[in-house]
Amino acid sequence: MIRVCAGALLSHWRRNPLQLFTFLGGLALATALWAGVQAINAEARASYEAAASTLGEGRFDQLVPKTGNSISQDTFVALRRSGWLVSPVIEGRLGDARLVGIDPLSAPGDIAPRQMSDLAQPLTAAQAASVFVSAETAPLLPEGTAFVVDADIAPGVALADIGVAQDLLGRDDLSRLVVLPRQPLVQAVLVDVAPDLRMQDSQQSSNVAQLTDSFHLNLTAFGLLSFAVGLFIVHSTIGLAFEQRRGMIRTLRSLGVPLRILVTLIAIEMMTLALLAAGIGVLLGYMIAALLLPDVAATLRGLYGAQITGALQFRTEWWLSGLIIAMVGTAVALSGRLWQIANMPLLASVRPRAWVLASGAQQRVQAALALALLVIAGIMVVVASGLVAGFVMLGCLLMGAALLLPVLVGVVLRIAGRFAKGPVSQWFWADTTQQLPGLSLALMSLLLAISANIGVATMVSSFRLTFEAFLDQRLAPELFIQVDDAQSARQIEQYLLKKTDEVLPLLEGQTEVLGLPSQLFGIRVGATYRQNWVFLESAPGTWDLVADAQGAIVNEQLARKVGLWVGDDVPLPLGESLPIVGVVGDYGNPLGQVYVTETVFARYFPDFVPDRFGVRTSDVASLRADLSRDLGLSDSAMINQEEIKAFSIQVFERTFSVTAALNVLTLAVASFAMLMSLLTLADLRVPQLAPVWALGLTRRDLGRLELIRACALAGLVFVCAIPLGLALAWILLAIVNVEAFGWKLPMHLFPGDYARLGVYAIIAATLAAAWPAWRLMRTPPSALLKVFAHER
Amino acid sequence: MSDNMNVILTMKLLLCALLLPFAAMAQGFAGLGTGADGFAVPEPDPTFAFPADHGPHPEYRIEWWYLTANLTGPDGTPYGLQWTLFRSALEPKEDAGWKSPQIWFAHAAVTTPSKHFATERFARGGVGIAGVQAAPFRAWIDEWALEGPDFDTLTMRAGGPDFAYDMTLDAQGPLVFHGADGFSVKSESGQASYYYSQPFYDIQGTLKLPEGDIPVTGTAWLDREWSSQPLADNQSGWDWFSLSFDDGAKMMGFQLRQTDGSDYTSSTWIAPNGTTTSFGDGAFAAEPLKTASVQGRDIPTSWQVTLPQKDVDVTVRALNDDSWMGLSIPYWEGPVTVTGSHSGTGYLEMTGYQ
Repeated sequence: MIRVCAGALLSHWRRNPLQLFTFLGGLALATALWAGVQAINAEARASYEAAASTLGEGRFDQLVPKTGNSISQDTFVALRRSGWLVSPVIEGRLGDARLVGIDPLSAPGDIAPRQMSDLAQPLTAAQAASVFVSAETAPLLPEGTAFVVDADIAPGVALADIGVAQDLLGRDDLSRLVVLPRQPLVQAVLVDVAPDLRMQDSQQSSNVAQLTDSFHLNLTAFGLLSFAVGLFIVHSTIGLAFEQRRGMIRTLRSLGVPLRILVTLIAIEMMTLALLAAGIGVLLGYMIAALLLPDVAATLRGLYGAQITGALQFRTEWWLSGLIIAMVGTAVALSGRLWQIANMPLLASVRPRAWVLASGAQQRVQAALALALLVIAGIMVVVASGLVAGFVMLGCLLMGAALLLPVLVGVVLRIAGRFAKGPVSQWFWADTTQQLPGLSLALMSLLLAISANIGVATMVSSFRLTFEAFLDQRLAPELFIQVDDAQSARQIEQYLLKKTDEVLPLLEGQTEVLGLPSQLFGIRVGATYRQNWVFLESAPGTWDLVADAQGAIVNEQLARKVGLWVGDDVPLPLGESLPIVGVVGDYGNPLGQVYVTETVFARYFPDFVPDRFGVRTSDVASLRADLSRDLGLSDSAMINQEEIKAFSIQVFERTFSVTAALNVLTLAVASFAMLMSLLTLADLRVPQLAPVWALGLTRRDLGRLELIRACALAGLVFVCAIPLGLALAWILLAIVNVEAFGWKLPMHLFPGDYARLGVYAIIAATLAAAWPAWRLMRTPPSALLKVFAHER
Repeated sequence: MSDNMNVILTMKLLLCALLLPFAAMAQGFAGLGTGADGFAVPEPDPTFAFPADHGPHPEYRIEWWYLTANLTGPDGTPYGLQWTLFRSALEPKEDAGWKSPQIWFAHAAVTTPSKHFATERFARGGVGIAGVQAAPFRAWIDEWALEGPDFDTLTMRAGGPDFAYDMTLDAQGPLVFHGADGFSVKSESGQASYYYSQPFYDIQGTLKLPEGDIPVTGTAWLDREWSSQPLADNQSGWDWFSLSFDDGAKMMGFQLRQTDGSDYTSSTWIAPNGTTTSFGDGAFAAEPLKTASVQGRDIPTSWQVTLPQKDVDVTVRALNDDSWMGLSIPYWEGPVTVTGSHSGTGYLEMTGYQ
């Protein structure tokens, strides 16, 4: 009996291969997007962990100077002598490479001295004045530098023994001290030994994982959104399959198949199919992730300096989570239907019209739920804060809006029906209303896809506008120059002062503002700053106050994190403070920044000699030539403004190319959902179309009406999607962004983009409707006639 | 981040290289047995000059200040402690600053009947975080120190993440010289070291252990040894005993295990007044009585030790079988009790057990 029952149930799929394809395809696509995003996240996290398991800055606490960039070697010795296990690091520039000097004896790490067989280079080789570089970095070193090629060393970095590094840099101090994780039981108090140092915990220094969390949360949100859309497809397919199989189920039950066996068989059948679909989805997800990973890696490197490997691995964490979430999604969709079967009267009517009437009550419940979700979202806007709250808010808003959509569309259709003139028009609206329950899930997924597109397009375009303006503001100098040592820095500054319109030295030091590690910048107030900088808010006469050492400017991140704004005093080193006279937008940087005039900066960093300069000049090419000829400055020491801008914009574009790709996929999934709903509905609707055909409408007319209906519905959904998309954008810009990055982006509207998106949506819907309409036009008259013959 | 990978890689290479002399010594002295590579070589009939010779000898490859103590707590519980500073030179010279080729290592340990705490330190000479000065005597690495106005009156401290100690030492007898007036031969082919001891310290102080502070008193034994070609290349490890008998006499004996299964032994009998009698190869003997599995290795933790010339026939048992120094260079070192013809306490060091 079981075999016969199973055969009967499976025959449904044989007769409706398209539905089988819908189910498998929908679930596979949903799983693919989810698994793909998870795969990217897992790969990135694995890379962070790999980095952290070595001598990552994020792994060890460090002792850094409270002011300045220098720690005396005596302080280091005093710390070691009082029980502080710290390892010295010195950093500086060697030619065009970053020179890092370490003490291999005291540096922390997973040292395995038992691998004594691996004796390679003696310490004497390290102590001999040579640096370790990769082959590609070697040309960046000054001529005559002794080096040893080590392929594993990162590009641009020259590694050396601390003593060698000190000699090469002409210094006898240290830059920072790495604090070893296991400290002795007995140890002096830090302030007693080194009052000028502060502990920077590993979380603060550069916790890449933390910095990039928001980025991954964004990706995850997109994955979930795609999955939600995919689940709509699954849900609707399962629903339709059950509606179509009601007759069969009724027959089987009438023939005496026990309910328990039937339910079990259906559950096994559907879960097996779901497993198959999820498996396909995981494979697709792997492909999506493999395609996107290089861009994600480039983005993370550009934004945060995080190194992600470009190669994707099959990790249990994501493929398993993909499988599980697909199975759970199917099980949830299935359980409702099985419950229906269990409670279905043996001889229940199978008339399709019944579901419309029945769903009247369901619609009211749905509307109530939708309103509740929207109210929650509204309340959260007012009271909640935090990144997770932002995403919960987004979730409530999207779910609420999606649930409300069929109700709204129903109302619109009824109103339209009231104004309809003529029988065909009236029938058109009535028939559309009748189809609404079957289409509502597809419409919801279309709504989500379109609004996500509007929201993200708004965010990206707003960000682009702001970012470009910001670059213009910050990168006003036409040429940037970097030099190696203090002496040539002074020489070059003198030279530039004579030759150019304005010289802007970059004075930068580390400080701490109310516990937040921040950068302190000394600026030379002049025409460039006065003309180019745009403040979020400023006091009158901002630049005069800054120039007179009467005020400081802070960036938005700092202002928001420590809760200071224009008019408040910002604490500076040495217990001093200055009133904030301006808050400036600062995009793409997680650190707090304080800007003071050069003279104030010099009080805290008396020995600082700037080695980077921005130069205002009308003729970049000739200035470069002069610098090269008169001072022997290498070409790589000078960077044109255009190059930096191009690079920055490239980083930015990559950031959002991932988002854009996911967006397109979401829209594709939604169109697919629409296509499948229409296809499955088409079969069901033959009995309803037959009488209309019999009354004289040609099959061509019917097909045309199908297309018009699809466009009308898509148009309607699009209209609903605009406010939803804008609300989404607002939450992303004004709430999620502030939480994730610490700055608020001004929101700009892009009606042209939205219009284009509307056209895409209607085209997608038309394409989705084209095939069902074409099939309708080709329905043999005999099939339509059969409707009357097979009076049900 | 990948530059950090390389930091580690390079560190490993460097550390391997500079641990080489000590590693070779601890694991059987392979490879360094005969060649002295420009380092000075111990010569017979040495004349020591004190206090200068309490200080370092950078022209020799390897040197140590090696202190062990048998202690008793207020309730009679026996404890042991170790404080050792090693110098290992990459070149036979001293340079200022980070260029110094003198590498310093230190080990500290506390042994209780049930626990063993051990930790280590590394430092480069030249910058001030580690070194030894003869007078006033000062041997230090990081916050660990063994120092005092002279070699007879010292304070000593060391510690790790889970233990620490702070002790004072007071010598009750003279320095004693091993081998021929401090020239200690280590193999038939003539490898030797300079070797003298101060085995007569009274020691007292406080052990800081997880269970709390424990005041202790006892006796301590300080070994001074330096060399450049410590042992022959057919020697795989050693077993070293320093025993203090209840009657005031003391004995140092070691056997160097050779790859052919034979041993090379040497010993010094120290009378209560400090006069010494040295015995060459074959007088002293040590036979394992039982082994214990320690960190996956079979380690003899009970020995039958004999020196017939002095009627010594004793059983030496580890206070704690698990006195394993699980450090960069692993070995066994811990306090022992002595029973048999003589009774007392002492210390046992065993290296080269694979």
